Amino acid sequence: MSNKYIGESIKRVEDPRFIQGKGKYVANLSIPGMLHAAIKRSPYAHAVIKGIDTSKAEAMEGVVAVYVGQQMKDDGIGSLPCGFNPPDIKTAPHMPLAVDKVRHVGDGVAVVIAESPYIAYDALDLIDVQYEPLSAVIDPKKAAQPGAPQVHDEIPNNVSFHWPLGTREEINAVLASADKVIELDLVNQRLVPNAMEPRACVAQWDAFSDEMTIWTTSQNPHIIRLLLSLATMGLPENKLRVISPDVGGGFGSKIFHYAEEVIVPWASKQLGRPVKWVSTRSEAFVTDAHGRDHVTTAKLALKNDGTFLGLDVTTYANMGAYLSTFAPMIPTALYITLFSGLYKLPVIFGEAYGTMTHTVPVDAYRGAGRPEASYMLERLVDLAARELDMDPIELRRKNFIQPDEFPYQTPVAMIYDSGDYPKLFDSLEALGDYAGLKAKRDAARAEGRLVGIGISGCIEASGPAPSQVAVGLGAGVGLWESGVIRVHPTGKVSVMTGSHTHGQGHETAFAQIVADELGIPMEDVEIIHGDTGRTPFGLGTYGSRSASVGGTALAVSAGKVRDKMLKIAAHQLEVDVEDMVFDRTTGTMHVKGSPEQSKSFVDISVAALMANNLPEGVEPGLEETTFYDPSNFTFPNSAHIALIEIDRDTGQVSLLEYAAVDDVGKVINPMIVEGQLVGGIAQGVGQALWENCVYDEQGQLLSGSFMDYAMPRADGFPMLKVSRNETPSPTNPLGVKGAGEMGTIAATITVANGVMDALAPLGIRHIDIPHTPQRIWQAIQAQSNGH
Amino acid sequence: MQSITLTVNGKSYTRDVEPRMLLVDFIRNALGLTGTNIACDTSQCGACTIHMDGMAVKSCTVLAVQADGADITTIEGLATNGHLHPMQQAFWDQHGLQCGYCTPGMIMAAAKLVENNPGITEAEIRHGLEGNLCRCTGYQNIVKAVAQAAAAGS
Ligand code: FES
Ligand code: FES
Repeated sequence: MSNKYIGESIKRVEDPRFIQGKGKYVANLSIPGMLHAAIKRSPYAHAVIKGIDTSKAEAMEGVVAVYVGQQMKDDGIGSLPCGFNPPDIKTAPHMPLAVDKVRHVGDGVAVVIAESPYIAYDALDLIDVQYEPLSAVIDPKKAAQPGAPQVHDEIPNNVSFHWPLGTREEINAVLASADKVIELDLVNQRLVPNAMEPRACVAQWDAFSDEMTIWTTSQNPHIIRLLLSLATMGLPENKLRVISPDVGGGFGSKIFHYAEEVIVPWASKQLGRPVKWVSTRSEAFVTDAHGRDHVTTAKLALKNDGTFLGLDVTTYANMGAYLSTFAPMIPTALYITLFSGLYKLPVIFGEAYGTMTHTVPVDAYRGAGRPEASYMLERLVDLAARELDMDPIELRRKNFIQPDEFPYQTPVAMIYDSGDYPKLFDSLEALGDYAGLKAKRDAARAEGRLVGIGISGCIEASGPAPSQVAVGLGAGVGLWESGVIRVHPTGKVSVMTGSHTHGQGHETAFAQIVADELGIPMEDVEIIHGDTGRTPFGLGTYGSRSASVGGTALAVSAGKVRDKMLKIAAHQLEVDVEDMVFDRTTGTMHVKGSPEQSKSFVDISVAALMANNLPEGVEPGLEETTFYDPSNFTFPNSAHIALIEIDRDTGQVSLLEYAAVDDVGKVINPMIVEGQLVGGIAQGVGQALWENCVYDEQGQLLSGSFMDYAMPRADGFPMLKVSRNETPSPTNPLGVKGAGEMGTIAATITVANGVMDALAPLGIRHIDIPHTPQRIWQAIQAQSNGH
Repeated sequence: MQSITLTVNGKSYTRDVEPRMLLVDFIRNALGLTGTNIACDTSQCGACTIHMDGMAVKSCTVLAVQADGADITTIEGLATNGHLHPMQQAFWDQHGLQCGYCTPGMIMAAAKLVENNPGITEAEIRHGLEGNLCRCTGYQNIVKAVAQAAAAGS
């Protein structure tokens, strides 16, 4: 079939509203009679709540109510649940407002409901909370040591779970007999996602119909509704409607069920009035789930000729003070299972300890487990190349899984779908001009400058997930997706998807899919998403799953629509349906070999409405639903290269050049995919060079604003060169793989390897990220002082 | 409460405001013009950028009372007679936005940046937009959009 839209860089249909200031973000919603919530938050990382006096705040003019955690608990409000529970996990309650203890700075203790946000914030200062401060633990490894302050009585030694894959005996044998073992202790630092739109929630209780409507900044409104019903609010699902209209970026941080999504609707129900809460940025820093935060020891065993033999990795993953919705999944099923990278690595042992600390909960952040896996593995590979004095690309090539070896079963459970890694690196060497970069670097070095080349080759598992696998590993839900195509009698089409767009451009890309599948103009297709009242149950958007899972659900539904239309057309033309064809360029159905005997898309849309001349057994109407469960993940892969220069006197890093070749399978809209890759790379560079979420020993967040947490800015980048190699995924009919996270997964390690290459002539082996001027300067000084 | 009179997108408004009210809250809540977004509380992100008396300003950093008598344009007032401003058009053409949340502030800042500077360089654009954060795009297409609009004589 020839596509009119798929594969084309169609300008986005959602953009006119955004560029004119008409975005429908939750914070823009105003309902008559609406009240405003502000939340009193703990200034301590760990303390007993001795008492809360709300009387002064309640007496303030304009304050309607003040509530504390005990009142919500007494009313039957439940704990915020963890939705991924591997075997033997230990969990503890997480009440939306803390009841007798606070466990991180920012933990909520009371809520003020007032006539205006200014009054609500004023009243916070009048709430008197008596705390008895306790000592805190911040580091995920120290948390597991004897004598560390305990976060929850229910989780002894702060170890919530231990997740091993492979066997210790097997890897020990490999390590003992290998020519070389490259060892590295590393920290993958904590990050703050910082989607530009702060979270927000509006709730309206309708006492007439006993129904609750909640507008919330979520990537997956159906999951939020499910958890509200099942775990926290206890309202029947059919009496709950959750709407996530335009959402201003998520990057994972808006997947999770947050306390405010319980506090706000509960308050609305108490008061019988709509209630709104909008996070400030300062609140976002201490309440949005953070990302990464691993402390890792890793060993790569290899032969003298560079052949990889085995990998041994132990990670302490910081879970923070409470287990966020999917937190245990990140350092386990999305991390250890990626340890094979692009390579044949015969023996792998990986284990993760999920430990509790007095910090903001940690959960999925763009890449989620996979950037940590890539960072660890590709740092080791780089160090190995240095020790063996091999070209880093040559060493990688020597160990690649070959194109004829797919599907490829790794020792860590995954079955890779497709790829051509040698070709990927051919493309990279051409796009990035590897030979030219090496010449530039060597010339600069000869002048005494600190210039380095960073290289990485990364794998991702995207499009979670076969439900059997997901649930088998501990997920509380299957990870399929829904897609409904409703053909109106006029031939216009409404599409309902369980996926959610918060920047990814689904309103455009999904319309491209459906329009091509049905042979109709894109303008005739409307994408509806983000409203549990208008779409069937669906799992939402994360893990780069929307195109491969949500898009496939739509493609399958379109096939069902075509089948039904063909049956009706055949009947009306009085031929066998086998003798008919559906022309997917024009949407017409005609008799094979005689195109003049045809029915148009609109003809049959009308016929399905009229229903007076339908074939035997065919129902009126044209609406098809698919619940699509993927048969496997998809495996995007990447080759990135960067040229880095370091200012010897200040330690300042400049990113001089960057080139990336990614294989994200077939592409629906190249412009959108390129935007995802470039945006993802910028986020990855942020982790390599600038971003760092820092707590002091008492658990105070030192990087709690954009003044202290260094976000990537426009002047931090050269123009990035991005290109693609396509090996279609055989696991879905569209041939697509995930495109949303590859850039982030690859960029951090690419830049970090570049920085370390620049410093290699000084004899510096490894510096943890972020590679800030301070860290680099200190390393240079330490080296030149001879220690 | 203090009475202020100001012009927003060509329309005059007189309102009583608390002296401490931020201009951005006034624009969003009192006037219902929610196109101007808020993304921080430390004047770092630029999401709230508007034009005030011919300058691009962060409206979270101005009190409403300071805008008494001012002539203000917000993102809603940038298009004229149903025609997109060249900067709006360029952001659309170049895929200069993803989630759209930084976009109004970015467009307002960029529109002032290129005024009378058709030959603005890439480095100047990057430096000029350094006070506007975008988490989605990596800035690359924003830079391209600004160059397009500058060349179009925006
Ligand atoms: S909201 Fe004004 S600068 Fe961030
Ligand atoms: S487009 Fe999302 S923050 Fe810029």
